Amino acid sequence: MIPVLLIVIPLLSGLAAFFLKGEKGVKTWALLSTVITLAVSLLGLTVLNKAANLHTEVEWLPLLGSKFSVGMDGMGQVLCLLTAVAFPMIFVATWNSSYKNAHNFYAFMLLSQAGLMGVFLAYDALLFYFFWELALIPAYFLCSQWGGEKRIAVTFKFFIYTFIGSLLMLVGIIYLYLHTPDQSFALESFYKAVLTPKEQGWVFWLFFIAFAIKMPVFPFHTWQPDTYEQSPTAVTMVLSGVMVKMGLFGVLRWLAPVLPMATWLNGDTVALLCVIGMIYASLIAMQQDDLKRLIAYSSIAHMGLMCMAIFVTSDQGLQGVMIQMFNHGINIIGMWIVVELIERQMHTRKISELGGLAQKAPGLAIMLVVVALANVALPLTNAFIGEFLLFSGVFNSTVSKVGYVFAAAGGVTIILSAVYTLNMIQRVFFGNTNTLTGTMRDIKFNERFVLGVLVIVILVIGVYPRPFLELTQGSVDTILSRMIIKHPS
Amino acid sequence: MNAIVISAIWGVVMMFSGIFSRNNAVIRGTALTGLALLILVNILEMNGVLLFKVNLHGMLYFDSFNLLFNTIAFGSTFLYAILSGRDMEKVGKSVSDYFALIFFILCGVSISSSFNTLLMLFLGIEIMSIPLYILTGTDKRNLKSNEASLKYFLMGSFSTGLMLMGITLIYGAKGSFSLDTISLGTGALTPMVSAGLLLLLFSMSFKVSAAPFHFWTPDVYDGAPTVFTSFMATIIKSAGFIAFLRLFDDAFGEMHPHWQLVVSIVTAATLIIGNITAVFQQSVKRMLAYSSIAQAGFMMFALVALNNLGRQGLIFYTAAYSIATIGVFAVLIKMKDYTFEGFNGLAKRQPVLAATTAIFLLSLAGIPGTAGFMAKFYMLAAAVSNGHVMWLVIVGVLCAAISVYYYFRVIQAMYFKEGDAQEMEVSSTFKALLVIMAAIVVLLGLFPHWLLDKLNYFF
Repeated sequence: MIPVLLIVIPLLSGLAAFFLKGEKGVKTWALLSTVITLAVSLLGLTVLNKAANLHTEVEWLPLLGSKFSVGMDGMGQVLCLLTAVAFPMIFVATWNSSYKNAHNFYAFMLLSQAGLMGVFLAYDALLFYFFWELALIPAYFLCSQWGGEKRIAVTFKFFIYTFIGSLLMLVGIIYLYLHTPDQSFALESFYKAVLTPKEQGWVFWLFFIAFAIKMPVFPFHTWQPDTYEQSPTAVTMVLSGVMVKMGLFGVLRWLAPVLPMATWLNGDTVALLCVIGMIYASLIAMQQDDLKRLIAYSSIAHMGLMCMAIFVTSDQGLQGVMIQMFNHGINIIGMWIVVELIERQMHTRKISELGGLAQKAPGLAIMLVVVALANVALPLTNAFIGEFLLFSGVFNSTVSKVGYVFAAAGGVTIILSAVYTLNMIQRVFFGNTNTLTGTMRDIKFNERFVLGVLVIVILVIGVYPRPFLELTQGSVDTILSRMIIKHPS
Repeated sequence: MNAIVISAIWGVVMMFSGIFSRNNAVIRGTALTGLALLILVNILEMNGVLLFKVNLHGMLYFDSFNLLFNTIAFGSTFLYAILSGRDMEKVGKSVSDYFALIFFILCGVSISSSFNTLLMLFLGIEIMSIPLYILTGTDKRNLKSNEASLKYFLMGSFSTGLMLMGITLIYGAKGSFSLDTISLGTGALTPMVSAGLLLLLFSMSFKVSAAPFHFWTPDVYDGAPTVFTSFMATIIKSAGFIAFLRLFDDAFGEMHPHWQLVVSIVTAATLIIGNITAVFQQSVKRMLAYSSIAQAGFMMFALVALNNLGRQGLIFYTAAYSIATIGVFAVLIKMKDYTFEGFNGLAKRQPVLAATTAIFLLSLAGIPGTAGFMAKFYMLAAAVSNGHVMWLVIVGVLCAAISVYYYFRVIQAMYFKEGDAQEMEVSSTFKALLVIMAAIVVLLGLFPHWLLDKLNYFF
């Protein structure tokens, strides 16, 4: 019941939003819808947390053996929670931005939420593919219509990139489907598909390229900085906060447990790509003058670390990925909100043109510093827990023989991330004000509220992550037992 | 059988309707009645009601496969006639004749979908083609229309010659025109059979505009009056494919391993040439011509794979492709400027038109949630399950990604670019019909079995 509601509420309210009139009304409608979704998702975590409520299966395409099968395990719950939390936050934080044809904007936003929920909930490969694309199409329209100057070309690049990836994945899905014993798209049947190691090998790449483009992993990342820069910030938040998690999630649900042997064999190759990407992105981030591009590159580095941890599989590493997927979403949305607030008032994102904002906007500065410190994984913040688990997982990996090398190389990027993040804070918020930044005003109530909530979440998870870790342990065990690294307890 | 007789009779009725009435609305009404009747009798036949008792001597063969296709073809023609029937009046005065020709074509369509001997195939294809040569040239005072008609006629006759030669060779080798007899015996390939087979392959490739026999397509589609291009690119092309598949499946299915590679190469060439050339077009009409070649490449997958998924998929593909293309053309006909720039800012002036066109284009590009995706899905699944043509699958997938480029250019023009879209008159019925068609596209994309269940008892 809960999974269906999580998909249907944003879907229907999104479709309805196309026909609403008046900007204020649409905003309220969208916010209301996302708040209800959040409430449902919280109910699913607490009061109604029973297996019967969390899985639904209905006949869909009997000819093909595909069912409308949705459900949530611990990993699904965490990501649905992230999606459910992110959208109301985004809507509140950007409450003061106004959009041309606001009804279409909010309709597409809600549709993309429906798509994301579907991706995280689907237990049927064809259904997964449907939602995978359903999340992409609204994003395409959002970026091309409401983005920056070069939006059309940039978004197009993004779309073609991801579309090629998804089509390759579709071929992979079809291949597995035809090799299942009962000709079905269900995840359980995919587990039973019989493939030779060679077949596993290339089906692995069909899937992995799709996920790698989405995350993005070096060398498939070139769409990402441009798209983040050109999209309206609300959409960038969705893209970087939630949508990139689709890639990680795809690996965790549809790749590692389905093709365990190939995942094992290609683990070091992928981990190497991730390490290259992390260092490369961190170095570029240090050179950026544009706030949005800086955060975009830092995101590549963070995603690389998570992806690496998946492929040098270990218990701790996977737990780290689970919790870090949530944390990264929260933290990066916090960063984008700050950028949005600065850009709306200053009309620039150039670090070199800013300075001394802390004097004028102390509230904003405090919030930013907490979020930024979480971004560099300082102890007491949520990302510390995540990255600590990730690194110790990579270091102690039994799958990779060179885990310690990866851990060491990845560790360098933590230092680099401190360099560019702290440097950015210093140059934007401290120092002297100039004629431009002299006009800065402090943040309003709604913005303070959102950032405040984010800061609380960051600190709470940083101090007491246990409920999260317990929630996702089941999903981690499933993956590990499929990869025959750990037998289910 | 019902449909063949009724469509022939109604063609004659339409010819005479022009004598009795000068009122175009009456003529159009008569034509729509005829089409509705055709759909009705065809559905009756699917349920086992035969209106005419004719001893066919095994010349024709009816099963749920070709009857379902007939329904799709008549249904699409019906939609096409309501949407664009009015625009035929702008082409010339003899509207009744145009409709008469369309009914004769439909007669050819039903023959070429249900042939059981090579003679009937030839007859069906010719009945389909000859009225089409005329329709292409209906815009008499336009030089391009004349050129297109002549070009089409010459090239068409040439390929007909090839087909006849092929039929003769097959007859010489097997001693019969009947598909049942031809398919008998071993799959051994004598020189005579292989020559005949190749000639048939070439001529059929010509009819469905598969590369490298596609050179007539852009010029003819571009030169013909847009109303008729729409009909040509959808219903006729689909009928050609059904005939193509039935011929190679029923007659030469045993020899599949021998000709699979040739057909695969033709398919790959069609996909690559169609898609890449479409990217460089400046006119939406020409782009649609190349896109029809590209889509033909995907339909060829059914032939390459030659399995149940492919057969089901081809039927579904014809429906998905026809509806979406008819929709896009219906909007295009209303435009005065056929370039991509002509679509700039359409979303502001005509939101309904823009939204439905966007859905049709998404379907053509094969985005999930639309019929076009399920169609492509079936084709890919068919080819993957065949197992020998993974390289072709990858080519197909990459080409599908290329196709996004030119389909989305129209969407970009409509939604994201500023411009004064041209003034155009559109009635609310037209809009309502487009919305219904868009709904069909989406519903078929979500529930393809609504259509394919009709095939179930056959497979």
